[in-house]
Amino acid sequence: MKLRIRIDHRIDASPSLQVTVLLFSLLAGLFTVGMVFAASRVNPFLALWKIFSGSFGSLYGIKETITKAIPLILIGSGLALAFRARFWNIGAESQLLMGAICATWIGLNWGPRLPGPIIIPAMFLAGFLGGALWAMFPALLKVKFGINEVISTLMLNYVAAELLTLLIVGPWKGVTQQGFPYTDDFPASATLPLLYGSRIHYTTLIIAVFACVLLFMLIYSTKFGYELRVIGENIEAARYAGIDFMRNTVIMMLISGGMAGIAGVGEVAGIHHHLTYPQAISSGYGFTAIIVAWLAKLNPIAAIASGLFFAGILVGGDAIQISLGLPAATVQVFNGILLFFLIMGDFFLNNRVILSLERKE
Amino acid sequence: MKKIEKLEMVEISKYFHTTRANYKVSFSIESGEILGLLGENGAGKTTLMNILYSLIQSDEGEIRINGETVRLHSPKDAIQRGIGMVHQHFMLIQNHTVAENIALGFEEAPFFFPAGHVAKKIEEFSRIYGLKVNTQEKIWQLSAGEQQRVEIVKALIRGVDLLILDEPTSVLTPQESKELFSILRRMAGNGHSIIFISHKLEEILSICDRVLVLRRGEIVGASSVQSTDKRKLARMMVGRDIIFDFEKEHIERGPLILEVKELIVPGDRTERAVKGVSFKVYKNEIFGIAGVSGNGQRELIEVITGLRRASGGSILINGKDITNASARLVSDQGISHVPEERIKFGIVPNLFIYENTVLKRHHNKRFSKMLFLNYQTIKSHAESIVKDFQVTAPSINTPIKNLSGGNIQKLILGREITGEPTLLVAAHPTYGLDVGATEYIRRQLLERRGKGIAVLLISEDLEEIFELCDRIAVMFEGEIMGILPTQEANIEDIGLMMAGSRK
Repeated sequence: MKLRIRIDHRIDASPSLQVTVLLFSLLAGLFTVGMVFAASRVNPFLALWKIFSGSFGSLYGIKETITKAIPLILIGSGLALAFRARFWNIGAESQLLMGAICATWIGLNWGPRLPGPIIIPAMFLAGFLGGALWAMFPALLKVKFGINEVISTLMLNYVAAELLTLLIVGPWKGVTQQGFPYTDDFPASATLPLLYGSRIHYTTLIIAVFACVLLFMLIYSTKFGYELRVIGENIEAARYAGIDFMRNTVIMMLISGGMAGIAGVGEVAGIHHHLTYPQAISSGYGFTAIIVAWLAKLNPIAAIASGLFFAGILVGGDAIQISLGLPAATVQVFNGILLFFLIMGDFFLNNRVILSLERKE
Repeated sequence: MKKIEKLEMVEISKYFHTTRANYKVSFSIESGEILGLLGENGAGKTTLMNILYSLIQSDEGEIRINGETVRLHSPKDAIQRGIGMVHQHFMLIQNHTVAENIALGFEEAPFFFPAGHVAKKIEEFSRIYGLKVNTQEKIWQLSAGEQQRVEIVKALIRGVDLLILDEPTSVLTPQESKELFSILRRMAGNGHSIIFISHKLEEILSICDRVLVLRRGEIVGASSVQSTDKRKLARMMVGRDIIFDFEKEHIERGPLILEVKELIVPGDRTERAVKGVSFKVYKNEIFGIAGVSGNGQRELIEVITGLRRASGGSILINGKDITNASARLVSDQGISHVPEERIKFGIVPNLFIYENTVLKRHHNKRFSKMLFLNYQTIKSHAESIVKDFQVTAPSINTPIKNLSGGNIQKLILGREITGEPTLLVAAHPTYGLDVGATEYIRRQLLERRGKGIAVLLISEDLEEIFELCDRIAVMFEGEIMGILPTQEANIEDIGLMMAGSRK
């Protein structure tokens, strides 16, 4: 007897199959994560339970989860747009930082002179523009010179992080921060109100949910969304159809980067109230959001749910660091493994694998 | 290993998803025989041969060599057992020389300087079979016919006894085909077996000893070529009588629509793929451009439809200069385009049928309001195309990739025609389609000519060119070798022009 494996191309994947594959990918991912825990001599069930209870099991956990979901939803839905057009924006991290920098500039310079209702929208606008312009460079480089966006967006992450560090240790270093490399704290008019007893800056949350709905409509019912999908699915057909690849790509990246920029505004104006180390402003939201977008199947509305899910893992990951003494990198491993399995799941959507036993003569 | 005296495929079945690609196919071939495998596109010819070459595995059935059952797991096994295949699309590395390509993966070649060792052997084979190849030339410098010869040598040098040729003449001029046939006859004379896949009846009749006809994956007929004829084969292939001659009514051509003047177009690698081409296309006329692919036709079409920029000359539509206008502007000027490689260019496979019916025209007022698309009108537009052009589809809410090639092409043609264009540019519109769809598409083109569209038809299929066109131009190496009214043209002259002689 011999096991025979055959792989056939699958033509259509039914919705129920898609859900099944998604669940199995998550389960297989969690199983593998469990093995990692087991290898560190931690009971995997306990660890997974701690992650879950740490994030969704208490009021504090839920509040923290929502707080961390805000940037993930904003960036994730923006990335969903970019990935639809097959533009691999790996630079959301830097677009977030540029948004934070621009908002800080407005907050510090205009905050003392203008009231909240004017300064807050101005900060969001500046943050959006900051992220958008930073994302525009790789878009232009790609459409004008064919430079691979994976490399350019990834490298710009370092540039933005160093630029930010330069600002906080140099010209923008706060006089009231006792030598710490922070900017001065924002005036009250330039900080976002919080939900009572939590760190949830609900203004940003509302913007995020609203933006997800807008992006959903943009993708599915506008000319622009149609053109993006044609570009993403078949660039040759887009050319044939006279769709302007340059214009569409640049506009798309302005939006995608702008969404990350808004997330940056939320972090500095809602949480820190000053500009601080890049690592403190974003604990890898720009990267985690890639998985958020992927788990949401590039659907901006589904990104709300998957954003909450991964925020939960971040919060739960913090919890097991403390309670089980696992290293901080555990969460990265966790996320990496889940993404890996989610992408593998796509293989089963596109192909059928048939196992059969064959008698050897 | 012992030479293949007799090869049998027994009760071979293969299923893809729910479709039956092959069903209980059995046949045998003996050494020195040339066996024709005839069938429409999609009849399962290539699948069957891919099973024999072990590119794919059958679900049922077995292969016997000299009466003994063999199990082949990969093309490597197949080659070792003496079975070789030359695919429709050559598997050669463009930037390597002929010798390097042949040495690649050849087990007898030494580790160091494999190409030099192989070169001697190649020349030996070339002599025996009359296969002219220059071992030092790079593949990209060769014509399609020469590349095909390289593929044949590649198989011979590996000691192949049985050679499968998949639609070998589709890339050749009529003269090159004749050369290929004489090579094949010599090989058969030397005891090789050859399986010749084709959907062209004349070829099968002129080269093969026996012919098998496949329809919907099953063998529907087998006969020696002496005891059959074109009409019988065609009936077996299609399952009904087909009409070989269209009645093309005579129509006086109308006013000038398209004028191309001294057009020069750069290619992907070359400075000039089109070298100063001029011609005119009139209303109520089908103007055909014949020629072997790769002689500048693609570049010419791309320039006319706004997908490539010309470096010289001009294009006028209804007297208006549209040289180097964008694709959208060209389309808005009433130029429709049925592109070659329909799946690659003409559709977006993962989008729904209705979304595909407005490709190019989604920005028209009819289908959009401000920023938004009007999905209601788009869907009714799609419904009417599906109905008017006899597209077989489960519903317009299906991804278009689920349709067959013929139905995709009907949909593309429908989309391009319903815009009421003044000029229709059709590139290889029936390439790879079955006889039924081909007939339908050709009728549509003739009908539109009657209704006042000017048609620019680019095709390699001379039968199609002669059937449909009012005037025929032949392209060779970026130039037009001559333009003839169809009544004054004969197939030999066109063939010679395709190979570069001027008229």
